[in-house]
Amino acid sequence: MSDMPRHPRPLSPHLQIYRPQLTAFTSILTRITGNALGVSTIVIVWWLYAMTRGGADYERANWFLHTWVGEAILILSVWGLWYHYLAGIRHLIFDSLHGLDIATAQKLGWACIIGSVLLTGLTIYLI
Amino acid sequence: MRYLTARKRAEGKGASGSGTEHFWFMQTTAVGLAILMPWVVVSLGRAIRSDYGNAWYILMNPWVSIPLALALFVGMRHFAAGARVMIEDYTRGTWRKGLIITVTSLSYLITAIGLYALAVITLKG
Repeated sequence: MSDMPRHPRPLSPHLQIYRPQLTAFTSILTRITGNALGVSTIVIVWWLYAMTRGGADYERANWFLHTWVGEAILILSVWGLWYHYLAGIRHLIFDSLHGLDIATAQKLGWACIIGSVLLTGLTIYLI
Repeated sequence: MRYLTARKRAEGKGASGSGTEHFWFMQTTAVGLAILMPWVVVSLGRAIRSDYGNAWYILMNPWVSIPLALALFVGMRHFAAGARVMIEDYTRGTWRKGLIITVTSLSYLITAIGLYALAVITLKG
């Protein structure tokens, strides 16, 4: 095979040729939020561990979480969690072969986006 | 010796080589996390907003620490399995192996540190 002449192969069109769609956006956002929540967990566990150390270790972790960067990470994490939560439920619905027609799939997409913002507000209100 | 033809052994395993195992694992952990998370997020949020003494008091409550420990363990397993799919989608060869090993190890390390911290908080009282 290796001594065969190599010609450039035609590339099939990929993402860049499609009009951006809500369902594609909500799908990739599920993956992004899911993986970002791994980072959120590191921050939370760091704070938990700092609790057991007390003193200067706790002061440093607690100070960071209450700076505006820390607050932004926490609020984004809460939003990411609720988004991933709702998108996960949407996947469970899809996996049971429901809501797969375009109109319903798009409604479920909007439900994830709007619902995650509402649940984030509710969480901030409750804590 | 297994009295199975190669064809029979491969059937139902698909391109992943492990059938629907991963899919089902993600579904079961997702349902578990869906039950735990509302409670965990609010109690953890309250602890972070409190001062040191009150945060400790909230976290040593078994109604908080047990769901939190469960969510951390199940959540990190769910994360490792999910992140693995992302790595498998975008990388190959040595990078793929290295990243999967790193993410798996890291998720266990985070779980261990978190459970240790919860144990210390609970046992010190």
